[in-house]
Amino acid sequence: MKAAAFDYARPASGDEAVALLAAGTGMAKALGGGQSLGPMMNLRLAQPDSLVDLRAIAELRGCRRDGTGGMETVLIGACTTHADIEDGRFDDPSRGFLPRVAAGIAYRAVRNRGTVGGSLAHADPAADWVNAMAVAGADILVQGPAGRRTVAAAGWLQGAFTPALAEDEIVLGVRLAQWSAAARWSYYKFNRKTGEFAEAIAAFVVDPARDLCRGLIGALDGPPHVIADARGLLAALQAGDPAAADAELVAAGLPPGSYEHHIHRAALQRAAAQLKGNA
Amino acid sequence: MNAPLPETRAQGIGVALPRKEDDRFMRGRGGYVGNIRMVGMLDVAFVRSPVAHGRIRAIEKPEGSEGAVYTLADLEGVQPIVANSGLAGFKNSAQPVLAGDKVRQVGEMIAMCVAENRAAAEDIAAQVFVDFDELPAVVDMLAARRAGSALVHEEWGDNVFLETFIDADLDDIRSKAAIKVRRKLRTARQSMAPMEGRGVVAHWDHRLGQLIVYTSAQMPHINRTGIAGCLGLDEGQVRVVAPDVGGGFGYKGILLPEEVCVAWLAIKLGRPVRWLEDRREQLTANANCREHDYDITAYADSDGRLLAVDCEATVDSGAYSSYPFSACLEAAQVGSILPGPYKMEKYRCRTWSVATNKPPILPYRGVARTGVCYAIETVMDAIAVQAGLEPWEVRMRNLVLPQEMPYDNITRKHFDSGDYPECLRRAVQAIGLPALRERQRRGEADGRRIGVGLAIFCEQGAHGTSVYHGWGIPMVPGREPVTLRLTPDGVLEIRAGVHSHGQGMETTLAQIAHEVLGIAIDKVRVLLGDTGITPYSTGTWGSRSIVMAGSAVGVACKELKERLIKIGAHLLKDEPAMVTWQAGAVVSPKGWKRIADIARTWYLQPQLLPGDVDPRGLEVSTTYQARRDSGTFSYACHAVVVAVDTALGKVELLDYVVVEDGGVLINPMVVDGQVYGGAAQGIGTALYEEMRYSEDGQPLASTLADYILPGATEVPAIRIAHMETPAPYTEFGQKGIGESGAIGSPAAIANAVNDALRPLGVEINQLPITPRAIVEALAAVSAVSGNQGRNA
Ligand SMILES: Cc1cc2nc3c(=O)[nH]c(=O)nc-3n(C[C@H](O)[C@H](O)[C@H](O)COP(=O)(O)OP(=O)(O)OC[C@H]3O[C@@H](n4cnc5c(N)ncnc54)[C@H](O)[C@@H]3O)c2cc1C
Repeated sequence: MKAAAFDYARPASGDEAVALLAAGTGMAKALGGGQSLGPMMNLRLAQPDSLVDLRAIAELRGCRRDGTGGMETVLIGACTTHADIEDGRFDDPSRGFLPRVAAGIAYRAVRNRGTVGGSLAHADPAADWVNAMAVAGADILVQGPAGRRTVAAAGWLQGAFTPALAEDEIVLGVRLAQWSAAARWSYYKFNRKTGEFAEAIAAFVVDPARDLCRGLIGALDGPPHVIADARGLLAALQAGDPAAADAELVAAGLPPGSYEHHIHRAALQRAAAQLKGNA
Repeated sequence: MNAPLPETRAQGIGVALPRKEDDRFMRGRGGYVGNIRMVGMLDVAFVRSPVAHGRIRAIEKPEGSEGAVYTLADLEGVQPIVANSGLAGFKNSAQPVLAGDKVRQVGEMIAMCVAENRAAAEDIAAQVFVDFDELPAVVDMLAARRAGSALVHEEWGDNVFLETFIDADLDDIRSKAAIKVRRKLRTARQSMAPMEGRGVVAHWDHRLGQLIVYTSAQMPHINRTGIAGCLGLDEGQVRVVAPDVGGGFGYKGILLPEEVCVAWLAIKLGRPVRWLEDRREQLTANANCREHDYDITAYADSDGRLLAVDCEATVDSGAYSSYPFSACLEAAQVGSILPGPYKMEKYRCRTWSVATNKPPILPYRGVARTGVCYAIETVMDAIAVQAGLEPWEVRMRNLVLPQEMPYDNITRKHFDSGDYPECLRRAVQAIGLPALRERQRRGEADGRRIGVGLAIFCEQGAHGTSVYHGWGIPMVPGREPVTLRLTPDGVLEIRAGVHSHGQGMETTLAQIAHEVLGIAIDKVRVLLGDTGITPYSTGTWGSRSIVMAGSAVGVACKELKERLIKIGAHLLKDEPAMVTWQAGAVVSPKGWKRIADIARTWYLQPQLLPGDVDPRGLEVSTTYQARRDSGTFSYACHAVVVAVDTALGKVELLDYVVVEDGGVLINPMVVDGQVYGGAAQGIGTALYEEMRYSEDGQPLASTLADYILPGATEVPAIRIAHMETPAPYTEFGQKGIGESGAIGSPAAIANAVNDALRPLGVEINQLPITPRAIVEALAAVSAVSGNQGRNA
């Protein structure tokens, strides 16, 4: 199938982009790498009147160090590609976590074009960034007609394919705190074959310097399930007690005995074991 | 007087030459239908049915779309596609090229929309309104067989295209058999997935008075016959050109309603018209193969010797009978080849070809053999378990022996040659069975479970008239034609009616010419795929081309050689009996004449020819039939090692061995390529590929994100070993092996997975074996045993 006809604009600033989106009254769409929007347009599942290509906006490209609230942070521009992150062409605050996640997304051809901002805005619950950013405790920076705001990544998904983003807003980037040298992480993605979306994602991020031990059950039907204090769960799993995960799995909407419950439990166990191995 | 004869390089039979065609393919210079550009060309998009079963009450063309939208009512005089079978009891279906009063599958074409480009044609298609009375969909083939089911073709009174029955009295066997195993098995409906989809460009050539149809097809002459028939044209008014074809596998061995529609429109509009299938159309409208159901029982004595097989097999044949292979080829094949390479006393098999509201079934690489091999090899493993034997031991006790060859099996298949037990022995040895059994006993550090699986089978290929005429389908293969022609500078043109879509025929046919004539293969041009320049053939299917066209080239080259010798001897002023043929030249003690010297003489210096020269000159047209046309029987054993992650249900292929006997290998590298590619497809059948349908007949995958194909990372490095038992009835001893890779892999992988899971009390009896299937099966047994969490 071929896309229905559309107009194309390539603004140079975020303000201009937001204005163009607002003028499109819902029928204009932002364009990142086009790796999700392109197929949807070709299948005519999306038929925007116009595309607002964000990739010429300098502010959305690259990555810079800043500090907010006395913490050292890194802002990753929305148009940073998965491949940029995989290859380390950015200032990594996550001690290798983000590059590892990026390397597991799709195929290289998709990673060369797909962007962090596009992936977050697309809000597929099985996609990697919506899950990875949630467990990483990142903040997502958004700009709209009313100005800029910040959304915690853990609360970004309102539902499947429904981000906390209005139609006339754009994602500017993602802000992460610098992880300490003592930080450890694990990320386990289960999929049918290389390059596919996840059937189950589980992750842990532990940073003693920030008194943090977070866990995640992801690739669910809806938003990821973030376990803010995963100390007990992690210890139980590492001690070989898989049943300890059942309460969280049920809380994540995975009925006991179901296939989904089984594979998410296995993913959690593996993520816990990986973390142990990382120690 | 003569330049020295060139050194002959080994380019003949048995040499692993790189393919001639790779030069263009590897550089991205292949010429496919989608590469064709013509002045004034229009694009077509079809309105396809969104419902699986329904009566069409009205079709409303959008306002202002005059001349851009066509329905069946517009296609005056166009005949429906009919693929009858002569088998008693076959119920016929007529498939209108655009839907008439009824649609019978999602994706069935209802209207044809034409515009300057595809996007504009889709814009129009989106505005065509179709008013349906939806009917209950017939989705499951077993439910479709039951009385009271909704009917795909009401006039039939049931949903059965054809029922076949091979009867036998099994009473004595039932009473004496120490071992009885019964399995109910299912294989999923699949979508063949050649990299290049289907595509058609058609235009009317006023100078030639001819409709020219470019189409991505395996059997262009058959398409020509079909198109001419549907449009009421003389075949002389139709030329079909299949340029480079990016994969066929059976998906392109069919007369397409799209071809008929697009050809009709090109004539109507007097402009070139194009339709290119996209992946969504392919997946949603054309998932058309492999769906079988078996209820199979095998009886054996306590030593694991087969006494009888009794089977009820059902094939989901979809909504219509496709041209030319018909809706019953698959199921009827099941009945005749289920016994596999084994001996048995009795055999009983009933088959049903069932109509459902799904795409019409097409024979996919391996055809029925893939399902059949899965069925028989599953019960062979079950017998092994009962008999307390290794799976290879049970097979060894039942295989046809080399000293029994040629062997007429229980369904009167004539196994031509080979050593099946040796093939099995080599595969078991290559996979390293004892070490694997030891490894299984030790267990894996990562908790995965190791399994080993085997499948051995034979593949009837290149079977001809005597096998096919009984089916009464629109096409029966006969003698295979080929035309050779020398140019004045000594280039050999080979014109053959088969086609090449990955088989490397441009190379292998040239190698055969080299074998006979000594001509360098870069002086051989192989011309295929164009009905205007090649002789009539049923085309490439059924692992037949290297046997049939390859042999025909050999026979024709021998005849050409005789004529060359006669002229050459005359030019050397010698008797034909006194000269020899060496390195592409006629040689006598007085000197030599190369092919080019003789060709130049024939065309440009006829004054030098002998007075009694053969008037047919340097062009040879001949046809070939094997000494027996019951087919070649290549055979192979696949041995697979898997690791099953029981917590996630994921299967990894750790090792994969194929021992294959394709008779004399014309080009071993091409053969290996066929085996690798086929095995990759079989891995898809075993573990990934599945088109599921909702209860109302909606296909549940519309992109390759949902229809999962194995990729490079899912296909292991397959180790291939060859045996070469010459086929007794073919020109060079070659056998057809084109489908082999796709036949054995699902059975071998399933057996390996079940070998891994058996200690846990689980056997999976459906394909593909998905993570969900494994996890749920394990959960079911652990729920019963109360042993929760053991697999985690
Ligand atoms: C074969 C294949 C396999 C894939 N596998 C995976 C996988 O394993 N894991 C995974 O996570 N992803 C996977 N993806 C998706 C891929 O990561 C995409 O790149 C991503 O989902 C979208 O990013 P994009 O930049 O291409 O966005 P686009 O396709 O350009 O846009 C997607 C959506 O986001 C909007 N948008 C884009 N940028 C912004 C912005 N800055 N602000 C506001 N809205 C914006 C668009 O309007 C659109 O609605 C796969 C894709 C393909 C084609």
